[in-house]
This record gives sequence, C-alpha cells and structure tokens, in this order.
Amino acid sequence: MSDVLNTAVPVPASKPARFTMSPGAARIAFILAVLIVWEVLGHTVLNANFISPPSVILGSLPRVLGNPQILKALWDTLYELIVAFVISVVAGVLVGIAIGANRIALKSVVPMILLAYSIPQITILPIFTLVFGIGPASKIAFGVSHGIFPIALNVIAGMQTVERTHLTFARSLGASRLQVLRRVILPHITPSLFSGLRLTMSATLLGVVLAELYISTGGIGYYTRLFSDSFDPGAMFALVSVLGLMAVVLNEIVRRAERRASFWTTQNR
Amino acid sequence: MTGIRLGLSSRLIQLTTVLALLFLWYLATTNRWVNPVILPRLDLVWRDLVALVGTGAVYQHLAVTAFELAVAFAIAAVLGLAVGFWVGTSRYASLAFEPLIAGIYAVPLIIFLPLFILFFGLGVQSKIAFGASYAFFPIALNTIGGISQVDQRYLTLARSMKASQWLIFRRVLLPGALPVIVTGLRVGCITGFLSIIGGEMLAGLQGLGSQISRLSEAMNSSQMFAYIVFVIALALVLNFVLSAIENRFKPVGEVA
Repeated sequence: MSDVLNTAVPVPASKPARFTMSPGAARIAFILAVLIVWEVLGHTVLNANFISPPSVILGSLPRVLGNPQILKALWDTLYELIVAFVISVVAGVLVGIAIGANRIALKSVVPMILLAYSIPQITILPIFTLVFGIGPASKIAFGVSHGIFPIALNVIAGMQTVERTHLTFARSLGASRLQVLRRVILPHITPSLFSGLRLTMSATLLGVVLAELYISTGGIGYYTRLFSDSFDPGAMFALVSVLGLMAVVLNEIVRRAERRASFWTTQNR
Repeated sequence: MTGIRLGLSSRLIQLTTVLALLFLWYLATTNRWVNPVILPRLDLVWRDLVALVGTGAVYQHLAVTAFELAVAFAIAAVLGLAVGFWVGTSRYASLAFEPLIAGIYAVPLIIFLPLFILFFGLGVQSKIAFGASYAFFPIALNTIGGISQVDQRYLTLARSMKASQWLIFRRVLLPGALPVIVTGLRVGCITGFLSIIGGEMLAGLQGLGSQISRLSEAMNSSQMFAYIVFVIALALVLNFVLSAIENRFKPVGEVA
C-alpha cells in the first residue's frame, strides 16, 4: 500500500545526480570568483597606477587607518552622518506629525514639499558651502536637506492610514491630544516611520558623502584627491572600502530596527 | 473629478509658493539683507540665464552632459535588461543574485566616484561609467521585479500549450513585465542624469555640473545660479517627458 503511494507520487525535488549549491552559497561563490579574477587581472593586465588587486588594498588598510589624520577624517564623517541623521529624523517626524494631523496643512504644504523634493539637490551643493563654510556644518546641512524629505513624507503618509474610528473612539473615551498621539497615532505610523528611517539613512549618506567629496580642502575629499594625484590606488581603495563598510553597517542597523519594530505587520517582508 | 480639482489646487499652491519665494528673493537681494555672493540679485541671475541660452554658451556644456547621459543610459539599459532578464527568469538566480544587486545598490555609489575618476580620468569616460553604474541598478532591479510579478498561471498556461522559450518571453514575460521595466528605465535615466551632474561637479572638466562648481569657486554667483536654474529646469523637463512616456506603457486605468 505504502509502496504504491510512494511510486505514484512523483518527487520533483530529488535530482540526486546533479550537484546544486544553495542560493546563498552561490552568491558567496560568485563574490569570491570576482575577487579572484580581480586579483589575477590586477597582477597581470591592469595598470597598478590606477587599480589595485584586493591583496594590495588589504595591505594598504593598516597604512591608511594608521594615519591619525585620515582616521580623524573618517570619524568626522561618521559624526556628521549621525548628527545629520538625528536632525533629519527629529525634524522630519515633528514636521510630518504637524502636517499630517491637519487637513488644511496637508493639502497646502504637501505640494510644496513635493516640489522642493523634486529639485535635484546636487545642483545647490555650492550654495551650502557658501553659506555654511567648508567645515562639518555644510556637510551636516547638506545631509539633512537630503534626509528630512523621506522621513517627513513617510510620517505624513503613515498618518493617513490611521483609522478614523480609532481616533473617534479614543476621543470619546476622553483621551487628551498627547494620549491620542502616544497611544493611537504613533503605533499606527510605526511601520512607515521605520521604512522612512531606512530611506532617510541612505539619503543622509548620499548628502554627507557628496559634500565630503566636493570639499577637497579637508576631510575625505582631500585624501581622495591626494591618493589619486599621487597614483596610490591601494590607499584610495582602502579608504573607500572603509567608507563603504560604514555605509553598510549604518544601513544594516536601521534595517534591523525596521524589521524589529514592524514584525507584527503583514505588509512588511 | 475631485482628483483633477485636487491636482489643480496643488499646482496652484506650488505656483504661488514659487512666486512668493521669487518675491522674497527679490526683496532680500535688492535691500541687501543677504550677502550677494550667497544670493545674487534676481535680475542679474535672469540676465545671465538669458545670456547663457541666448548666446548659446550653455549648449557646448549641455552637449557634453547629454552625450554622457545618452551613452551611460544605453550601457545601463542593455546591461540592466540583460542581467534583469537572466536573473528574473530563473528562480535560482533570483534567490542567489537579487539580494546581491539590491545590497550593492543600498550603498551610496557616490562613495566610489573617486575610484571612477582614478581609473577613467577627469574626462567624459568617468562620467559615463559612473552614470551607467548608477542607472544600472534600478533598471536591473525593476526588470527582476517586473518578471517576478507576472502571473504564474499565464506561464503555466503557455508552457502547457508547448510555447517555445522565445514565444513565452515575447508573448507572456515581456508584456507582463513591461510597465515595471519602463518605470525602472525612467528611474535609471533620472538617476543617471543626476549622478552625471554630480560627477561633473565633484571632478570634471566639461559639462553643466563642472560649470556650476567652477563658477562657485570663482564666486561668480549670478552665473552659477543661472546654471543651477538651467539644470533644475532640465531635470524637471526630463522627468516630465519620461513620466509621460512611462504612462503610455501603463495598463489603461492605472495612469497616474
């Protein structure tokens, strides 16, 4: 009886003759293959003045991170990123709640925000350096000008999903405005708030790094120019890798927080 | 009906905002409330803008930027569609490579601009390569996403009628995924344009972006603002035209 069942049901999953990797393993194998090809090409075909193989980049890492001034430039960038992110989030959430809670403000201000958001901000970067100078202030300001839009727009959008009946219910129970905000609105906007945080993080990264690279008299921008002028691709790749790692770690922190905060919603994957 | 009225009123609000800001700009500069280097007089900016467009001084830079964008977009579209179709049509490849592509795109690629400059130089090649790599990701990711949302029943149906791979691609996958793919192409083109302007501003010899940063270094604010206004107007026009094209590919009833 059981034999009949076993033979009658085809089992498509079992293909014992073929070797298959899990998708994750294939991904890692692909990355390793790219690194190996890069390493081989780096020692043979590619000009060492312009591009370095991974081993040389790794070897340059202690030299780059050992330089206290480069280390300071990297810390400064991290500091600017965090400050710009915090300012964007605080200001964006406040603006978003203020606008989202008011129907007239919603209809009148949102078009202006969308208009401002549609302007390619990279073009006005020189104005930021004219106004805020070449120190951290201009980089933070440019980061905020990128970061504030996604969070504000997401909070506004999130507040539109708050169910009217919940609001009416809370008010009929005599909840104060603060209580309504704390107990009804904030839990409701949590998912869109956190996806806004993720977008704001990548926007802030873009703004701060743009300003850092634009200002070549100090900070990261100075060293990238120095390394490219002195044909030192190993140091350049090492510096850029550290920046990239910083971006990955910051993105990952926000992404994890998002997943944690909105685990109970089904719309998130 | 209400949608149209809403759209009209928000356009009106935007127009009023722009006019109010221009008026404020005019007041602040003619009364010298702000340093003219930071905010030049409105009439001087207008004069320089008219001169730029009128004498054709802007066109040689526009030509460079447009050439860079055209080549970068062509490269990104070919590679993005090819990779997107290859990854999207295989379940295994999309499990293995979609997270990789999305993960790389989550890193702001602007970080790698110095490497592009080092490798390709200050000329048009580095802008093309940088713009193409920025535009590649939305195109590839949208192609993968577009294919994945094609109704599986259509595929099963086509296969059960012994449709060839090519026929399935031509008659099922492509029409089903096209609206999402076209969105990816639009986003890729806009992103490519902005990253090319950014690349020119940070390190460039020719093109609209390099003019902005050169004029800024020369403290020639009114001409710099004229270029900024020109580039912003260009971006808005590009966005408008591409959105209009995109809407033609949307199924009836979904036009935004």
